[in-house]
Amino acid sequence: MPELAATVARAPAVPKISLRRRITDHVMTGLAIATVVLVLAPLIAVFGYLVYRGVGSINWAFLTQTPKPVGEVGGGMANAIVGSAFILGIASLIGVPFGVGAGIYLAEFGRNRLGSAIRFTADVLNGVPSIVIGIVAYSIVVLYQGHFSALAGGVALAIMMVPTISRTTEEMLLLVPQALREAAYGLGIPRWRTTLSVTLRTATSGVITGIMLAFARVAGETAPLIFTAFGNTGWSRYLRFALFGKDFAVPFVRYDQPTAALPLQIYTYALSPYDDWHRQAWAGALVLIVLIVAAVSAVRYVVRRGTFGAA
Amino acid sequence: MPGPQPVETKTVTSTQASQATLLLRASGGEVQDRLFSTAMTLCGLAVLGVLGLIVFELMLRSSLSWHAFGFKFFSGSDWDPVIEQFGALPFVYGTLVSSLLALVIAVPLSVGVAVFTTEMCPKALRGPLSFFVELLAAIPSVIYGLWAMFVLVPLLSQYVQPFLSKTLGWTGLFTGPSYGFGMLAAGIILAIMIVPIISSIAREVLMVVPQHQREGVLALGATRWEMIRVGVLRNARAGIMGAIILGLGRALGETMAVTMVIGNQPQIKASLFESGYSMASVLANEFSEATGDVHRSALIEIGLALFLVTIVVNAMARLLVWTVTRGQPARGHA
Repeated sequence: MPELAATVARAPAVPKISLRRRITDHVMTGLAIATVVLVLAPLIAVFGYLVYRGVGSINWAFLTQTPKPVGEVGGGMANAIVGSAFILGIASLIGVPFGVGAGIYLAEFGRNRLGSAIRFTADVLNGVPSIVIGIVAYSIVVLYQGHFSALAGGVALAIMMVPTISRTTEEMLLLVPQALREAAYGLGIPRWRTTLSVTLRTATSGVITGIMLAFARVAGETAPLIFTAFGNTGWSRYLRFALFGKDFAVPFVRYDQPTAALPLQIYTYALSPYDDWHRQAWAGALVLIVLIVAAVSAVRYVVRRGTFGAA
Repeated sequence: MPGPQPVETKTVTSTQASQATLLLRASGGEVQDRLFSTAMTLCGLAVLGVLGLIVFELMLRSSLSWHAFGFKFFSGSDWDPVIEQFGALPFVYGTLVSSLLALVIAVPLSVGVAVFTTEMCPKALRGPLSFFVELLAAIPSVIYGLWAMFVLVPLLSQYVQPFLSKTLGWTGLFTGPSYGFGMLAAGIILAIMIVPIISSIAREVLMVVPQHQREGVLALGATRWEMIRVGVLRNARAGIMGAIILGLGRALGETMAVTMVIGNQPQIKASLFESGYSMASVLANEFSEATGDVHRSALIEIGLALFLVTIVVNAMARLLVWTVTRGQPARGHA
């Protein structure tokens, strides 16, 4: 093929990339690396400073005592830690079933227009400012009860959990191969049983990951709690019981009373003019981060062991 | 976000098969099936219900203020609970300016990070890098606020603001006393908070740009940057725009960190050193102590406005991101 050979011979040599273009290339690579450094710097700064101030501020009193009156040094956030756990418990009790249920609907029954509408609504709800959710919880729970309460805080956080949980549950259920469902149907297993014991069980670890994601997100929320749980400087309830002939009173919180929460307490203390409260705010921040990470890893560990145990 | 995980198929087939024989006898289950699908549909409808409830409650409880002030509510700039005069303009202004400032800072940074993680960095670095950036998103807002109050604000007032007012004071944006607290601090902390959101979505969008686009541009003799500009960024424009708008939505509604550093003065000043106030902040500060019904109603109307704006912004962003990533696995060639 002489023609082709001629074309190849006449083809110009690969042109050299001009200096200007090469410099632009290097500058842009440099800039991209610079952005990464600029983004990671605050992360390291926030984490580093949090650990530095937090570790220096935390002590036994902080974990076991309630706040001292304004101006007095000492005291702690024990009631806020318990209160936070309590509010998050209420939120999970309400939010997880609804979230998982909505996820099952979207994955198993939601291939239609209603499903698309719910999917879109969930995504949009995810972006609603948390303080607006707080207003809604205030109007439906606080106004109804007549006072601030842990329940109102729990409802606010539950509303925030549902969209995240439903979308991740859906995603995880859709990953379960269709053949598994068909195999179960083929054995004559009704659809509800297939969904719960085959599809959902197979996707358990993914679903739980989604739940923990939602949990971690709302655990640090402050804005929706300001006018729902409101905060409290002490305990709102004592659990009394007798043991070995002695009476015990374990301090606890009531669902229908204003309740302290860790993020709220951090906020209040940070804005105060007292150095000792600033110190406690940092300690609280560290405890909050540690508790979130601990809760998430504990559940993931248990789940992972559970699934391996079954196999 | 949890990535798609390989599903353990063995687990179920082995354990479920034995139960199946039992179930076979008990099958039929049409009633239970109908109950089950109804229950699940109700859970799904609850999502719609929550949205409806939010709209209903906000409209119902803000009607007092709506009837008293009408559209003037958003053009008036006097906010005085004592004489029950409410104009929300300073809050709208503060929310818009602090969010836009955050975008100006965050957009180049997040797009840079997304480009670096998808196009430039060695494969081994990719995972840890995105993990660290997403870790930023997991820090609670109140902790960002705490850090901003005790680290960022002193830094701004001692070093950054004097420098800015000396070099850029002529623009009028950087004048006045450098207290640290104010619009600038709010914008910066917001930027730090929205970078992870924008960059992680931008990364997903960049990943669904087909590989042959890159190869095609490279084959034409482009340098790597030219390949990224022509082959990748140009193709991903709509998706990146979606990511940016999603970040904007988050910035508009962000409450705690902003409340802690913005200064909380209902005023409209050109200088970014001055204190401001945002819509979410005034809710956080005044709602639980609102005395009069009109005051509370006015605050809820601000909440309604904030809600509507974020709904529109988020819906826009979702539609943009959906059209780009629809039908394709988001982590195509991770």
